[in-house]
Amino acid sequence: MKGKTVKQFVVAVRVLLVFTVVLGIAYPLAMTGLAQVLFPGNANGSIVKVDGKEVASDLIGQQYDGPQWFHTRPSAAKYDGKASAASQYGPNNADLLKLVNERREQIAKLEGVDPAQVPPDAVTASGSGLDPAISPAYAALQVDRVARERGLSVADVQKLVQANTHGRVLGFLGEPYVNVVTLNAALA
Amino acid sequence: MSDTAAGLLQVGFLIGCLAVVYRPLGGYMARVYTSHRDLKVESGFYRLFGVDSKADQTWAVYARSLLAFSAISLLVLYLLQRLQHWLPLSLGLPNVESGLAFNTAASFVANTNWQSYSPEATMGHLVQFAGLAVQNFLSAAVGMTVAIALIRGFARAKTDRLGNFWVDLTRTVLRVLLPIAVIGTLALVAMGVVQNFSGGHEVTSVVGQSQTIPGGPVASQEVIKELGTNGGGFYNANSAHPFENPNALANLFEIFLLLLIPVSLTRTFGLMVGDKRQGYAILGVMTTLWAAFTFAATAFETQGAGTATQAAGAAMEGKETRFGEWASALFASSTTGTSTGAVNSAHDSFTPLGGGTALFHMMLGEVTPGGTGSGLYGMLVLAVLTVFVAGLMVGRTPEYLKKKITAREMKLVSLYILTTPTVVLVGASIAMGLATARASIFNTDSPHGFSEVLYAFTSAGNNNGSAFGGISANIPFYNTALGLAMLLGRFVPIILVLALAGSLAKQQPVPVTQGTLPTHKALFVVMLIGVVLIVTGLTYFPALTLGPLAEGL
Repeated sequence: MKGKTVKQFVVAVRVLLVFTVVLGIAYPLAMTGLAQVLFPGNANGSIVKVDGKEVASDLIGQQYDGPQWFHTRPSAAKYDGKASAASQYGPNNADLLKLVNERREQIAKLEGVDPAQVPPDAVTASGSGLDPAISPAYAALQVDRVARERGLSVADVQKLVQANTHGRVLGFLGEPYVNVVTLNAALA
Repeated sequence: MSDTAAGLLQVGFLIGCLAVVYRPLGGYMARVYTSHRDLKVESGFYRLFGVDSKADQTWAVYARSLLAFSAISLLVLYLLQRLQHWLPLSLGLPNVESGLAFNTAASFVANTNWQSYSPEATMGHLVQFAGLAVQNFLSAAVGMTVAIALIRGFARAKTDRLGNFWVDLTRTVLRVLLPIAVIGTLALVAMGVVQNFSGGHEVTSVVGQSQTIPGGPVASQEVIKELGTNGGGFYNANSAHPFENPNALANLFEIFLLLLIPVSLTRTFGLMVGDKRQGYAILGVMTTLWAAFTFAATAFETQGAGTATQAAGAAMEGKETRFGEWASALFASSTTGTSTGAVNSAHDSFTPLGGGTALFHMMLGEVTPGGTGSGLYGMLVLAVLTVFVAGLMVGRTPEYLKKKITAREMKLVSLYILTTPTVVLVGASIAMGLATARASIFNTDSPHGFSEVLYAFTSAGNNNGSAFGGISANIPFYNTALGLAMLLGRFVPIILVLALAGSLAKQQPVPVTQGTLPTHKALFVVMLIGVVLIVTGLTYFPALTLGPLAEGL
């Protein structure tokens, strides 16, 4: 009985050792090798370049202060790539309520619109704190300001927004969005 | 297309994809677990292990092997974290402190993947891929072995042998999980998930700010995180992180992966007990409940209750723009119904009843369709309870799949059903009684705070791993209490299920008569749904009234 139990532990150590080599070392190495050969761009973070310089990943949001840029959503992580996070505020949290109202006022003032026109994604923090996207409604709200600040025509800016707008995948998966990172890279 | 039409199509598309693979994968798994032939590579492995693959084990030996393996896994994972600073690829991170290391080791070995830590700031690459990801495979495989042993208990007669744990484990890894993981990894990278060994990559944005673009072997870990219903994120934001879940297609693929094995295993079950209709009945129960919870969560999220939610105009706090409410609610319901616990949005910020739906879904005991293996054995235990209840109604000795349900079986079933609620409710009560534990609550200004604590223990006891993430769980009390809850919630039921399997296998099958309750028909499906809801609903109802119901109604 005792001997048998000890034997099970010996087997257990061997099994874990062998599978650690297979699943913990060989598998991720082989997958990384294959991914680097087949999809190097994606595997390395879909890096966006402007004038040859790496400015962002097109999947990771950034903060763009200044009226000449399209703005991303509020972020609980302040767009720190090493600290993804959501706010974790509950739906009835008084602090969140205050933040939402403040953001709504600020954005309405900045864009010169009625506060009721500010869409939900503009006043809420994302799940990752790194959301690169905003709703088409929030992008549309910012077009006039960006065009004015950059001395561009509204039509030209709208065209850029259009080029960086993604519909639902296959027409029905997820939500339509505008990628702010690639949009601002196109403006830069 | 309207939001509702697109959302419904999204759910329909997911069900369609699962329907396509249901038969081939279910049939393939049945062959894997009934084949008498070892692959060449497997024979080599068995020689290395010192295992005789032809030696069938009794339930007690099967259980001892499983427990010995899990104990060693726990120890090694603990040590890897405690020593990471001195090992390669630590990214300069310090050794993990003992309470957190215990909690994390328990969490990944128990297929829970509760995370009290922020991965980016705590775990180096080596711990992630040589420790945590290895357990993502192995803990899932352990769950599968238990389900297979229980199926054999029903399928076999007059024997005390249930198969060989090491063989079932090895076959699960090499023939089921690994091949799907390899294909899935490449698919995810093609969709945009990263796969590298970089410790981070500095860029300077167009406004002149520097940002670190994180790296890591994410795709290879992401795929098994979903496929093995584990749920532990490579990054803190889990599947909300754009590098884990870059777009709505990847999102759907990840939901597909976490449902894939639990759903298909009902086919394996039907084939192995020699009556496919039994598998359909179980699948029918799982699907009905999953669909009900999915639509409930979606309805609550799109309605957007809550003062802050209404001020914002929609429940977008904690949700990603590319997913929105429908894809977030679909993910939430699937992850809480499968014991996965990955999240693509912050459940803490869901509407009161939307978050409450996720919480209640876990409380069903992770059977809709449940974790890899654990979902099936959990549902079969409830099926045994259902035939027992039905037997009481008509005064007959209950039978399930031609096996008599006697006092011994019912004792094991009753203990199984009592274990998790006891762990959850006692744990949450103790936490609410301790000032230090209450201090960890983040949303203190409403019943939501209690929901955070209840969610934590429900998640741990049911081996889910998702969280109302506001709670600061990285304190000695929660690390210890939740660690124990995960181990008890995982291994006590496993021992009981294996004992049940052993007891069933010994029996001589009884012939089906006029008086036998058919367990493949709609009547049984409805009764089983009722038992799932009533048994868990009544157990947890008082606790739910103090949390999500108090906040939402």
